[in-house]
Formats: sequence, structure tokens, C-alpha cells
Amino acid sequence: MIRVEKLVRKFKNMTAVRGISFNVDRGEVFGFLGPNGAGKSTTIKMLATLLKPTSGRALINGYDVVRQQDRVRRSIGMVFQDPSLDERLTARENLYFHAMLYNVESRLFKRRMHEVLEMVELSGRAGDLVRHFSGGMKRRLEIARGFLHYPKVLFLDEPTVGLDPQTRKKIWEYIHVLREREDITIFMTTHYMEEAENCHRIAIIDHGEIVVEDTPANLKKMVGGDVITISAGNNQSVMDKLAERFGLRAVVSGRGLKVEVEQGEAFIPVLIREMGEDIASVTVQKPTLDDVFLKLTGREIREENVSTLDRRRVFARRRLHR
Amino acid sequence: MTYLRAVYTIWLRDVIRFFREKTRILGMLGQPLLYLLIMGNGLASTFKIPGAPPGFSYIHFIYPGIIGMSVLFTAIHSAISIVWDREFGFLKEVLVAPVPRWTVAVGKALGGSTVAMLQGSILLLLAPLIGVSLSALTVLKLLGVLLVIAFAITSLGITIASRMESMEGFQVIMNFLIMPLFFLSGAMFPLRGVSSWMETLMRLDPLTYGVDALRNIMYRGTPLGDYLVQFPLGTDLLVISAMALLFVGAGTIAFNRRE
Ligand SMILES: Nc1ncnc2c1ncn2[C@@H]1O[C@H](COP(=O)(O)OP(=O)(O)OP(=O)(O)O)[C@@H](O)[C@H]1O
Ligand SMILES: [Mg+2]
Repeated sequence: MIRVEKLVRKFKNMTAVRGISFNVDRGEVFGFLGPNGAGKSTTIKMLATLLKPTSGRALINGYDVVRQQDRVRRSIGMVFQDPSLDERLTARENLYFHAMLYNVESRLFKRRMHEVLEMVELSGRAGDLVRHFSGGMKRRLEIARGFLHYPKVLFLDEPTVGLDPQTRKKIWEYIHVLREREDITIFMTTHYMEEAENCHRIAIIDHGEIVVEDTPANLKKMVGGDVITISAGNNQSVMDKLAERFGLRAVVSGRGLKVEVEQGEAFIPVLIREMGEDIASVTVQKPTLDDVFLKLTGREIREENVSTLDRRRVFARRRLHR
Repeated sequence: MTYLRAVYTIWLRDVIRFFREKTRILGMLGQPLLYLLIMGNGLASTFKIPGAPPGFSYIHFIYPGIIGMSVLFTAIHSAISIVWDREFGFLKEVLVAPVPRWTVAVGKALGGSTVAMLQGSILLLLAPLIGVSLSALTVLKLLGVLLVIAFAITSLGITIASRMESMEGFQVIMNFLIMPLFFLSGAMFPLRGVSSWMETLMRLDPLTYGVDALRNIMYRGTPLGDYLVQFPLGTDLLVISAMALLFVGAGTIAFNRRE
């Protein structure tokens, strides 16, 4: 459904996307996971015909994004990272104009409007000006709008930024239901690790390059076992001892240390016996995609930074939409 | 058919937004009214044009000019909303839709000109107060001309707006393009007996012909007519139509060219 070959995009003095290639099958949910500035939005814009690739090729639904723009646009739906509603119109009008631009018959439009508004729990607010919506309601309306014309491929650029966890979960439920019923292929970007686990396959992108591409389960297997987080007074000495006594390589993560071991639960008693006095606390976790990212890039997609960034974005939206 | 539908959609959005913004309507009516009252009355006593026919009042002179002004500003304002749309993101939603860019440009030009024409037509209601009698046919002709002028100016605005990245550039455009176009058009004061370079500029200003067309239709055949009108109506109509075509072409191309 999506076929990307050696796609490159340069801006004046920097290369945002450095020759990425991947394929997405029909009905699949494919996720792009990466930190800020990794090139996720740039890639999505190229696939949605809004930016011309510097080189390389991309086909959507069999159509070339450069030479068959109109066909591509007919095949896709798009939820942008930044707001794109007309705030001075009502929710219904925003959906209506979308339907007009995408050639949805008016009979069909009525039915689908109810359906998508129901899905994002905005049915009662159809006649209200978008200007009076909260940030989360606006986001939900944008997602509803993306589904309105039942695109073959739906692009979601960080769809749930700024939404609370319940809404996020809810939206994911709809996405899965609609995807199955309408056979929609979904390409999404995110920097929420837990959100990426909704995908069938994930590509981790960093500095414009795909670092790895696989299913979430396989990616987690790459971590090779359980992750033990240790907090200690002296990180360096604990790191040295771990290396010396167990041959384990620990990495600093936040204030503590992380190590991977095969059998987390069984390792803890051994660890306490050997080094109990150096350690303040220990936790065992099954690996998450955060750990995969940490392992592959040596850096974290730091959640606390992400949330301040979200706040900034939500703030920027508000300011923009006074 | 799908093209028409896209043009209609973009047009409808502008019209809905216009009717929803009550303060904007008031503001854009208030300004010309103020001009009409202050300048029309204030200057009328001091402003004597040598050789003016009896019954001439300055307010007769500026009335069509003020209507032209209202159309000019409203049309530019509508076109500039493209920049807002870009800033607020709505433009992206339109650009990613499966409709050709030219339908967006044309829809926008029609939307802007409809709104501008509506503004102008409200000012026409003032005619009796000013002592200008207009027949229904004259009003229709005036509306037609207003639509063409508004379409041309909105298209010019779109050409500029599609190049603009932010609202900051807007003031510059206003000061160095729109205001000179307005003052040179002879809307507010007659450009007669001015230096020849200024007269040349006045003849190059497309708005001159728009204002002149309005005066032509309002006053031709009255004693005022021969005095106020500068060019034959045919010339005026030709120039404003050519201008409309030229600018809508330019606007479409400029809009298409955006990545
Ligand atoms: N129009 C542009 N002009 C110049 N540089 C750009 C432009 N758009 C993006 N970039 C640069 O390209 C890089 C990738 O940006 P992109 O928006 O694709 O990142 P992202 O992965 O979507 O990040 P985020 O998670 O913050 O949305 C960034 O370094 C950014 O500064
Ligand atoms: Mg992005």
C-alpha cells in the first residue's frame, strides 16, 4: 500500500530525511517512532504530496507522490501534527467542507458525520463553533475528520499529543475498529512508546535514518531479557562492580542505572547478596520500546522532555487560537 | 463538476465566515461612513473646484470613490485571510485535498469579491441621503461593476498573499501598494491639473478605471457627469475586466507554485 524507496529530503543546509526505504501492507498499522526533529513529519508530508522529495521515490496505493499527486490525494486522509481546523466554523461545517472537498455524497455524509462524531464523543457539539472547543476536543474532531471520507491510507502525525490517557485509549479503539471494517492502512508517527505498541510494525527513526524496523514484540526481544533499574548513591562504582562481578554492561538512565539480564526476578537476590550495601532500590521491568530505543541509539526518548514539549505545543495551539 | 464543487466550497466558507463576523461587518461599514461624513461634509466647504457646475458638492465626487475604497479594503482583507489560513493551519487541510490548486484560488477570489460586493452594495443604500437618485437598472449595473472590481482586487491580493509567509509583511503591502493605488485612483480628490508624472501614475492605476466606471454609471447624462467622468465607460470596463483576468491568472499561478 505504501512503498518508499531511498527517500531523501534536504532543507537549505540540513538533511531531514536521509534515504529511507520501507513498505507497508494493506490494512497494516505502521508506526514511525523517533525523537523530536528525527524527520517524521517531513516524511509524512512527502508521502502526502505536500513536500517534494529531494530524491528517491514513494508510491501510495500504487501512485507516485510526485507524478500522480491527484490520485495520491484521493487515496489518503491526513491528520496533521499542528492544528488545521477552521475555528470560526462549527464542527459540522468543518466536516461538511471536508466532505465537499473529498467528494463524499451528501446522504453518505450525514451518516458518516454521525458515526465519526459518535466515535470521538462529540455528537452533542456538532453545532458549536470550534473556537469554543478545548484542545482535546479539537484534536478529536481532527481525527474524526481524517476518517470521514474513508481513505485507503490514513496518515496520523502524532495524533494523540496533548490528549489524556483515557481519550488516547478510546481513539485507539476506534482506529482499530475502523481499520478492520474499512480495510484502512494506517501510517502514524509518535514519540509515545506505549502508543507505538498499537502498531503492527514499527520503524525507529533517528536523525533522518531508519535505525530498525520490526514488530513491537520482536523489537522488545532485541533487548534480550528483563530490564533492571538500580538506583544507587555512586553510579560509577556500581557500574564497575556490575561489570567486574557479573560481566554486565549498565547504562545511565535518568538518575539510575539500567541493566539487561535474562531472568530478572532470579537475578535480584544474587545482586542484593553481592552488592546490597551499594544499592538504594531495585525494580524489574519487562522490556518496553523505550529500552529498545535506548539500546539502539544510546539515548532515551525522554518522557519528561516529551511532556514538557507537549505542554508547550498545547500552549502554542491556545495562543495561536485566541 | 467536481471542480465547480471545490470552487463553491471555498466560496461558501468565506461567505459563511463573513456573515458570522458581525464586528467585522460593522467595522468595514463604519470606516467608509466615517470618511463620507467627515470628508464629505468637512471638506465640502473648503473644497471648491474651479469650473464646477451648479449643484456640485464634494460629497457627490467622493461617494463613488468611497464605495470603491470600501470594496478595495474588503477585497484585500479577504485575500489576506489566506495568510491567516496558513498560519492557523486550515490551508494545509485544503492543500492536501484532491482538488486542483486553481479551484482554491478561484474560489477564494469569488468569495472575497462576493463579500466586497456586499459591502459596496450596502453603501449604495445611502444614495438618497446624498442626493443621488439611482434606478434599479443603475443599481444592477453598479453591482456588476463592483463585482468585477472586487474580483480583480481579490485576485491581486491572492497573488501577493500566496507569497507572504506571515502577517508582518501585510503592513508593508498596505502602505506601499494599496494606499498609493487608492489615492492615485482619484477616489478622494480629482487628479486634474497635477504634474504630468502624477497623471501618468494615475492613468496606470487600474483602480482609476474602476472608480471612473462607478462615476460613469451614476452620473452620466447629468450635468455632473461631464464634469466628473474622465474616460468613456467602454474603456473603463475594458480595463477592469482585463485587470480581473490578468490578476486571477497571476493569482492562480502564484498559488500553484507554492510547494
Ligand atoms: N520547512 C523547513 N525548513 C527547514 N528545516 C526544516 C523544515 N521542516 C523541517 N525542518 C527540519 O527538519 C528536521 C526534521 O523535522 P521534522 O518536522 O520532520 O521532525 P519530527 O520528527 O516530525 O519532529 P517532532 O517530533 O518534533 O514533530 C528538523 O531538524 C527540522 O528543523
Ligand atoms: Mg513532527
